[in-house]
Amino acid sequence: MEKSSLLEVRDLGISFSLYQSGLKKKDLNVIRALDLTVNPGEILAVVGSSGSGKSLLAHSILGILPDNATLTGSISYKGEELTKERQRELDGKEIMFIPQSVDYLDPLMRVGKQVVGVRGTREEMQAAFRRYGLAPEVEKYYPYQLSGGMVRRVLISTAVIGHPELIVADEPTPGLDLKMAEETLKNFRELADQGCGILLITHDLDLALQAATRISVFYAGTIFESAPVSDFQGGGSALRHPYSRALVRALPQTEFEPITGTQPYAGNLPEGCLFGERCPYRTEECGNPVPIRKLRGGEVRCIHAT
Amino acid sequence: MPLEAKNITFQYSRKDRLILKDVSLSVADGERVALVGPSGYGKSTLAKILSGYLRPTSGEVLWNGAPLPKKGYCPVQMIYQHPELSVNPRWRMEKTLNESWHPGPELLGDLGIEHEWLTRFPIELSGGELQRFCVARVLGPETKFLICDEISTMLDVITQAQLWELLLKISEERGLGMLVVTHNEALAKRVCTRIINLPEQNAAVKKENNS
Amino acid sequence: MPELALKKPKRRSAVQILHLNTRTRILISIIIAALYIGIVFIWGVSMGPSNYAIDYGAKLQAPSASHIFGTDYMGRDMLARSVKGMSTSLVIGLVAAVISSIIGLLLGIASAVIGGKFDKVVLWLVDLCMGLPHLVLLILISVMLGKGMKGVMIGVALTHWPELTRIIRAEVMQVRSSQYVQAAYRMGESRFTVARRHIIPHVIPVYLVGLLLLFPHAIMHEASITFLGFGLPPDSPAIGVILSESMRYIASGKWWLALFPGILLLLTVIFFQIIGDDLKELLNPTTGNL
Repeated sequence: MEKSSLLEVRDLGISFSLYQSGLKKKDLNVIRALDLTVNPGEILAVVGSSGSGKSLLAHSILGILPDNATLTGSISYKGEELTKERQRELDGKEIMFIPQSVDYLDPLMRVGKQVVGVRGTREEMQAAFRRYGLAPEVEKYYPYQLSGGMVRRVLISTAVIGHPELIVADEPTPGLDLKMAEETLKNFRELADQGCGILLITHDLDLALQAATRISVFYAGTIFESAPVSDFQGGGSALRHPYSRALVRALPQTEFEPITGTQPYAGNLPEGCLFGERCPYRTEECGNPVPIRKLRGGEVRCIHAT
Repeated sequence: MPLEAKNITFQYSRKDRLILKDVSLSVADGERVALVGPSGYGKSTLAKILSGYLRPTSGEVLWNGAPLPKKGYCPVQMIYQHPELSVNPRWRMEKTLNESWHPGPELLGDLGIEHEWLTRFPIELSGGELQRFCVARVLGPETKFLICDEISTMLDVITQAQLWELLLKISEERGLGMLVVTHNEALAKRVCTRIINLPEQNAAVKKENNS
Repeated sequence: MPELALKKPKRRSAVQILHLNTRTRILISIIIAALYIGIVFIWGVSMGPSNYAIDYGAKLQAPSASHIFGTDYMGRDMLARSVKGMSTSLVIGLVAAVISSIIGLLLGIASAVIGGKFDKVVLWLVDLCMGLPHLVLLILISVMLGKGMKGVMIGVALTHWPELTRIIRAEVMQVRSSQYVQAAYRMGESRFTVARRHIIPHVIPVYLVGLLLLFPHAIMHEASITFLGFGLPPDSPAIGVILSESMRYIASGKWWLALFPGILLLLTVIFFQIIGDDLKELLNPTTGNL
């Protein structure tokens, strides 16, 4: 599995320098010790609550973090370190990004030209437009002429044509109606079946359960557990991390029963296990940093998991 | 019948399409009604009309038989989907929390609002933490009815379950009626006593689907 | 990156290499700019006419230790005259920019709050004023009011409000339609309370930056119309008058008459622009944290 992985993120850390008060700056660790792997032919969903820094994961893979961010750890693509140069070379060709914000379209370029990009053809674009219910004349529009939902569909069209090998999708479905959202997920599935790897970043566990091959549970800037979707079914008893199990138990279609407490704020993270304060199995060792380890076909960041 | 909507029709301007047509509904005391349906069918617009944020093009909203007050504290309050947009980004949370009334420590405890959050700015809190403030802010004694527009859609499922556990408790204790807008039918079944499918009620959408 | 307009990595500037963060850099540049402007202003305003008295014995002297900027055709010290002239321009710029910005603020807020026909009329006026070349309109107003200090001030004040009106109008409309303001109304807050607690604190920083960025325009325009002879009278110590006079001597090689006053004016304008731009950067949440 190690050898065939498409995207591998190891021990990723992202911090921002922010002004505290006056002229003093302080570093804010938003992402720390994050590990994940995307294999060809699979959809990996990273699920975490909104505003917890998931988008930064996408931005770090694409190399578009803001200037006051510092990145540590390694991101490799097809077994090779993904450097700035490689990011620029691959982006828009092998790696496609579906951003959450609509500001990523070039405002001065006609939509059609942007969708075709460097690897697509006009026929493929027209097919994608038909599929996503965009009228043929949209091709000639400029981005400002599009509605929010149309922009989203244009961004998805851009990513799915041109034979990408890795798609990074940051919350692709909000703003789409049910039919379009389902169509998008179906399209992702087809691409994955052709060997494309898809990293789907979302806050919506239901969506992840429907669409993904594997799910990575994101919490307070790190990933607690990566497991096949089947582990999340049947009440989640096959899951390894207490937080993942708590997630499943909190779904309205299962127990709808919450655990107490909240995710810690990035500026205020505890030493050791980030889930410690809310965990029923907490012991003294949990105060030390918890490494990620392989367990029953998945990965988990908990010393008590069996 | 505390909250009643009669033949609500809405369009932003005469040139725009009809968003709602002839929608009527009523919610009894202490009842929790879910408004379900896929996005783009006018759920949020109806929620805004029912809480007095928007005025309908025709039709009326009645609160205990009279129109909603235009000035002063509105007995029908609304909580939004995006908490980060519904708090002033320049204010510390303490100021936002106490904007219309002073929630006591007991409520803050129930909501899991920690003391140190009060001095933070909105960008220093997560969506789930902010939404707790938005809930606390509208639970004043003058609030008699609550409209929740996809309030837990952007949150993780644990925070969602926490918020609803508390809202249900308060709704029971105070006989607080609720209208819950959601696309999640499992959630609607969990928290509501009755479910209304908006597309079936909304003539504007029906007509469009047939054509 | 042909299809997505992604952010390109920025070059590192010398300041970043010196490890100064943006706030420190901005603070330093604002202090330098403010010092320069402050010194010119105080020196000029407190200066009596004896400092640039006529001395035919020393006319048209090139720069020297006793007259750093040289002297003019009546033997007046050019340094003193330039500083005095610059301070006059600063006073006019200050008054005109303040008046102009207040017009902009009031019209912008009123336009957003009242809306409807009033809004349309204001927008029409804004387009009208922005459509006409500033300088032409300014000359018209100044001449109509009999030129002089009053003419220039009113002229500059009446031509510089449209841009700020537009910005303020957009800001007020944006805050007013925000969910938190809408929610405040439903929580029973009066229009007055909402304005005081939400809208004004939001608009003030925008207004201050706008005001600062008006100064250089106002000063430049005052100097321009005075230079062209439609502004301050030729006997007043004004930078426009000095530059206009110097043109007659340029052909005879009296370069210092134009160069030094020109630099003084240029620096003033640039420094105001720097303060304004820096504040804008600080207040912008995406650049404010670099």
